[in-house]
Amino acid sequence: MEFIDILSRILGSAILFASPLIFTALGGVFSERSGVINIGLEGLMVMGAFIGVVFNLTFYETFGSFTPWMSIFVAMAGSAIFALVHALASITFRADQVVSGVAINFLALGIGLFLTKQWYDKGQTDIISRPFYSMDIPVLSKIPIIGDLFFTGWYLTSYLAIFLAFVAWFFIYKTPFGLRLRSVGEHPMASDTNGINVYKMRYIGVMISGALGGLGGSVYALTIALNFSHATIVGQGFMSLAAVIFGKWHPLGALGAAIFFGFAQSLSIVSSDIALLENVPQIFLLIAPYVLTILALAGFIGRAEAPRSLGEAYVKGNR
Amino acid sequence: MFSNRMVNLLIPIISVVLGLLSGAIIMLVFGYNPIAGFGALWNGAFGDAYFLGETIRQVTPYILSGLAVAFALRSGLLNIGVEGQVFVGWLASVWIGVAFELPMIIHLPLAIIAAALAGAFWGFIPGILKAKLGVHEVIVTIMMNYIALYVCNSFVRNVITDGADRTDNIAATASLQSEWLAGLTFYSRIHYGFILAIFMALVMWFVLNRTTRGFELRSVGFNQHASRYAGMNVSKNIILAMVISGAFAGLAGAMEGLGTFGFMSIKSGFTNIGFDGIAVALLGANTALGVVLAAFLFGTLKIGALNMPTEAGVPTELVEIIIALIIFFVASSYMIRWVILRFKKEGK
Repeated sequence: MEFIDILSRILGSAILFASPLIFTALGGVFSERSGVINIGLEGLMVMGAFIGVVFNLTFYETFGSFTPWMSIFVAMAGSAIFALVHALASITFRADQVVSGVAINFLALGIGLFLTKQWYDKGQTDIISRPFYSMDIPVLSKIPIIGDLFFTGWYLTSYLAIFLAFVAWFFIYKTPFGLRLRSVGEHPMASDTNGINVYKMRYIGVMISGALGGLGGSVYALTIALNFSHATIVGQGFMSLAAVIFGKWHPLGALGAAIFFGFAQSLSIVSSDIALLENVPQIFLLIAPYVLTILALAGFIGRAEAPRSLGEAYVKGNR
Repeated sequence: MFSNRMVNLLIPIISVVLGLLSGAIIMLVFGYNPIAGFGALWNGAFGDAYFLGETIRQVTPYILSGLAVAFALRSGLLNIGVEGQVFVGWLASVWIGVAFELPMIIHLPLAIIAAALAGAFWGFIPGILKAKLGVHEVIVTIMMNYIALYVCNSFVRNVITDGADRTDNIAATASLQSEWLAGLTFYSRIHYGFILAIFMALVMWFVLNRTTRGFELRSVGFNQHASRYAGMNVSKNIILAMVISGAFAGLAGAMEGLGTFGFMSIKSGFTNIGFDGIAVALLGANTALGVVLAAFLFGTLKIGALNMPTEAGVPTELVEIIIALIIFFVASSYMIRWVILRFKKEGK
């Protein structure tokens, strides 16, 4: 009984931290599959968190209990539009995609903090009054063991994250749209000669990454951080990027990697409760996800093939 | 009229102008007076000797972190890990500064060299992974940043001190601070590190432009395959470029450890010296002189911005937006180049 109890706590906390990473990493998969590196995931999350919190604070009386859902929806739309900046720079203006991503990260934080100062006259927003709450799923939570592990004390957004990973997999691997998206990332010129609009596909890829990054950021803000400041999103975007690579640019791989990172993040928080981990210095738990990502990249955990044209601007007519 | 060299020179200037212009537009939109805003910024950076001293202090690490990014970029590598290398350099310099009692002539150089070595080591890891296994340096260096942040915090708390949040102050024999310079500038935190930073810019220029090794490094940056065909050891040059880049970044950390602060404390997030270094290098077109000039610009913006809320009511964060936009415009130089070439054609 006690073992199940601890397991359910770890799992609950791991999935809580993982959900924002799952959303954002799925966004990264869409962008990078289309051939556009997205270092700006961090900035897209910042934008999402900012919009989500501001919307929540402003409209919680209008929309009542729907507020958090409306907030993440608006954040998705806002970040998708914000991602256009990255798309414009890296696809149309042929900017170095990494540099453009770095600019996105700076820009999002700058805009978020500037407007926070402007609207709230202080460095951080108030705590929101309509966050997401964890809940027990009726009926299902009554199933012995499984009910405790998977249907007790989770957030609805966590189920949504896992569900979306399968949707993304279906879209990328089972639909003509996905085939086009992948082909544009592998060999844009061949796609172009086959009548696929390379620029359009890449724009769509980046905008989907914006929407999902915004979703991830707002979900983080509305479940974990509960307000917006310079310290709301600190590295979750980069961790999602790592999850994309760790998961070998595959939606389900990214899902697994994000859950693993969520697990690693939550370990350093719940470790004091677990007898086995009590004596491990916290530093090892803190750096574990990053070290493992490097090891994964170095090929110690199986070689990953990036989309072949990742990072290259497509110039029509060039060979 | 517009030679290629001229266009390359124009792009950073146009980017800065566009960035400042966007800042002015943002101020107008939010009901501020842009002239008052930028006036406050100017006063905050150069208003009196104290502000001037603080501006130079801010410029010092920017020069070094900018050189670090620029040096790697000249060899075709994007070192996003300067931030982490700054951290380990800062830690190493302070550690030496706290742990030893030596005469200044040994102690100070030792602390500076330790910082450079620590940064070099932090650059070596992504370098060797790139050279031997072909792992992309961007992701590795991002990960190394986080590892540096947590490892340094852990070292400060558990190794150098006994559970404290900051180290002791470094010994006076390891300090770059100077009573003379401080007295001259109404006790700003300006320190001798500035001289070292300028010297390192000269070193970078010399190494890249006047030595065989520098030629090889640049050659690898231009075209790896051609360099290999010409008999150069590409992987050795990649590792070397990352090591030297890391050493520059480590020195930037030493500027904070031995100059500005004199101690290291637990950090909840990044210092941004390294990330700003990316902006500095890009704007400086990866040349030593350009980096020094760009570092001056960004140092001025950052320090001057602190004066904007009090004098003009404009939030400091506006400067972050301006800097982000400047990077964006430099990155999108294709657009600027296109416009310039349009003008050129019409001029003919």
